[in-house]
Amino acid sequence: MARTRRPVVAGWFTDDTVPEGEFRLLGTRCSACASVFFPRADDGCRNPLCPGGGELAEVPLSPRGRVWSFTDGRYRPPAPYVSDPDAPWEPYTLVAVELAAEAMVVLGQAAPGVTTADLAVGTEVEVVPGVLNEDDEHIWTTWNWRPVPTGTGRGRPAGGPTVRKEPS
Amino acid sequence: MNDIAVLGAGMHPWGKWGRSFISYGTAAARAALADAGVEWTDVGSVVGADTMRCGYPGYVAGATFAQALGWQGARVTSVYAACASGAQAIGTARAQILAGLADVVLVVGADSTPKGFFAPAGGERPDDPDWLRFRVLGATNPAYFALYARRRMALYGDTPEDFARVKVKNAAAGALNPLARYRSPVTAEQVAASAVVADPLRLLDICATSDGGAALVLSSMEFARRHGRPDPVRIRAVSTVSPTYPRAVLDLPDIATDSAAVVAPGTHSFRASIARAAYEEAGIGPEDLSLAEVYDLSTALELEWYEDIGLCAAGEGAKLLRDGATALGGRLPVNTSGGLASFGEAVPAQAIAQVCELTWQLRGTAGDRQVPGARVGVTANQGLFGHGSAVVAVR
Repeated sequence: MARTRRPVVAGWFTDDTVPEGEFRLLGTRCSACASVFFPRADDGCRNPLCPGGGELAEVPLSPRGRVWSFTDGRYRPPAPYVSDPDAPWEPYTLVAVELAAEAMVVLGQAAPGVTTADLAVGTEVEVVPGVLNEDDEHIWTTWNWRPVPTGTGRGRPAGGPTVRKEPS
Repeated sequence: MNDIAVLGAGMHPWGKWGRSFISYGTAAARAALADAGVEWTDVGSVVGADTMRCGYPGYVAGATFAQALGWQGARVTSVYAACASGAQAIGTARAQILAGLADVVLVVGADSTPKGFFAPAGGERPDDPDWLRFRVLGATNPAYFALYARRRMALYGDTPEDFARVKVKNAAAGALNPLARYRSPVTAEQVAASAVVADPLRLLDICATSDGGAALVLSSMEFARRHGRPDPVRIRAVSTVSPTYPRAVLDLPDIATDSAAVVAPGTHSFRASIARAAYEEAGIGPEDLSLAEVYDLSTALELEWYEDIGLCAAGEGAKLLRDGATALGGRLPVNTSGGLASFGEAVPAQAIAQVCELTWQLRGTAGDRQVPGARVGVTANQGLFGHGSAVVAVR
């Protein structure tokens, strides 16, 4: 039986009709105040200072950003995370990425094979399509972060933590 | 001055006892009532902090405890604010007392936790951010703690040895606390030898999930005087603030921060704003503190709290710890109870337990872990979904 590719959450990223190189996370932007939201806000702008009267339209997020922080999951997470309880647990890497234009941090799993040793705070990464899990009917698709493979980008701390520090 | 009196404090020891949260909460309530010298039938209001993982009775905690103690007609309130539930319960009790709706209020929180990672409620619930972070990312609570820890290492040069030092400090205090779950000293070598859960954090860097219960009997200052307690420990401020937009620091259970591209973030992060609101209301500052109880979900997070409650500047938490300032006997002891490192998390009880510790310290009855001459204490804590929690107590 042919399995269908299906996004783990509808509307959060571009679908398979878009070439892989143009894969993007999808947020929404308020036409009144230009605030961007991810995960997408569709019911109303959440900026309390927004003058109001605007509409929320879908907008692709920047495809590249820099690592804000990272970790891994050495133990199997509980449901609703899907994993084969009979297979040995394979740790995966989790990355928080700061997008400069949006001035926001977005979490995601790293692409398969990327370990914490490949990352540093400040490493440049890009969003790529990924597969979260497969079952009898579906291939559940998601987004992954992957170090930018060209030039000196890979695994390089890019001059250290150049990202803006959060206020404290 | 909007002070209220802490007439009684009581806890059920933290552990993994395998009983219903109701029994822990009821035991804590009875201990607090005995400590206060108040009869249960004289309590005018019960405020319960909700226990969300244990089915129907937990969602109506106030009524559950009132029924267990024996219905006597008191006003009942139940509140939920994740880890900050206890502070909201105290805040609610205070509002009722100051509004003249009740003279004496019993505040109770208790939990009975499953083994392993906390998980969201079951079912297919894609509109719940807490469900989504598990489904889409498998992002457990320790994963977020680890992101903060790694970020501190990159920004401030904190090391895993610094984090281990927090555990060693809190375990030493917990060893002196008969209510703590873990009562053995821990060495840095033991922390370093424990398994990595979420890089860079190890098992002994991360708090356990525990069974436990805590309760307070609160009253108006006028009632305390009539009751023969002219100089009780007083709660001077309760902060239950929420974040301001844009929230620029990633927080569980969120998958992303707000965008700060259009509106600049405020001067203070959400965590820093929690204690600031309490200080402002109490008319004190961090320089006035004798001690603090903060939410050390992880060792690294305790260092973050030092900075967020104003004990030191950003990035200087590890230095404050290394200097010994925050240990028992130090300039400003933090987590004299032993903290979550020694207790483990019993969510609805935890913010109440923090105030129990302040009460005993301010009364001078904290035994071997007593801070000499303690006069002012603060608690700080943060609940999922944007719940701040801080209490200032004075003597």
